[in-house]
Amino acid sequence: MSIWSYANPVKFLGLSAKVQPFLWGASAICVVGGLIWGFFGTPDDFRQGSTVKIIYLHVPAALMAINAWFMMLVTSLIWLIRRHHVSALAAKAAAPVGVVMTLIALVTGAIWGQPMWGTWWAWDPRLTSFLILFLFYLGYIALWEAVEDPDTAADLTSILCLVGSVFAVLSRYAVQFWNQGLHQGTSIPVATGGRSVADVFFYPLLMCMVGFGLLFLALVLYRTGTEIRLRRAAALRARAGRAA
Amino acid sequence: MMPDLGKYAGEVTSAYIASLVLLGVLVLWTLLRGRAARAELQDAEQENGKDG
Repeated sequence: MSIWSYANPVKFLGLSAKVQPFLWGASAICVVGGLIWGFFGTPDDFRQGSTVKIIYLHVPAALMAINAWFMMLVTSLIWLIRRHHVSALAAKAAAPVGVVMTLIALVTGAIWGQPMWGTWWAWDPRLTSFLILFLFYLGYIALWEAVEDPDTAADLTSILCLVGSVFAVLSRYAVQFWNQGLHQGTSIPVATGGRSVADVFFYPLLMCMVGFGLLFLALVLYRTGTEIRLRRAAALRARAGRAA
Repeated sequence: MMPDLGKYAGEVTSAYIASLVLLGVLVLWTLLRGRAARAELQDAEQENGKDG
């Protein structure tokens, strides 16, 4: 069976209903387990003290903030090229999850930055690109709400998503592009395989990152189902209105 | 038992509280909106059934 068969809303909802119990359960275990492990079971850092415990929230949230936008980029491209409504609705469903993840990353970063850098905020490349990403998320959600015709809204938001992807890339790689910022480099560089986080902090962090990823998937699948049902209800009401 | 967070107790606990509140609101809002959408679709299908 082709992956494109899941562009059919009925098939998508069927698959989604099957995998969601696993995703919700596994994400709950990983997020709760990882946070408890990190908060209660890890020592203070010799330099950062107990503030190192913020890493278990800050890094997974920042990771999902960027990856949510990339997921929206892929589904927006699928909409623009193949016109599958489910993909446009999946992008719409992911945006509020992405905005909350970005907000968590910004808030925890500010709280962490105050004792470590002596300031809540600095116009550092990574912080600034993250703030712009946050504003793009808000703009994307506002654009969906502002345009009445759903296909036009999907077209316009897809274009906005393409433009915003520049800032998603900047958020990810800003620390490599510019060296003058306060923010440290990537703690766990995937490309090189090296990491600057000790094992005692890394394993609970990994559990939290997996948990946030699974939670994102569960939320997006559930929210896409919601968008499909709302679209179907609106279509039925429009049909009844025309018939009356 | 609560670990000793030292002089950064305020920062660490406020980061956890703020994040968990935001995540909780997101999950709750998602579930409530999903439930409302199911009810709305059911109503629309019933109305459509009556009319059609």
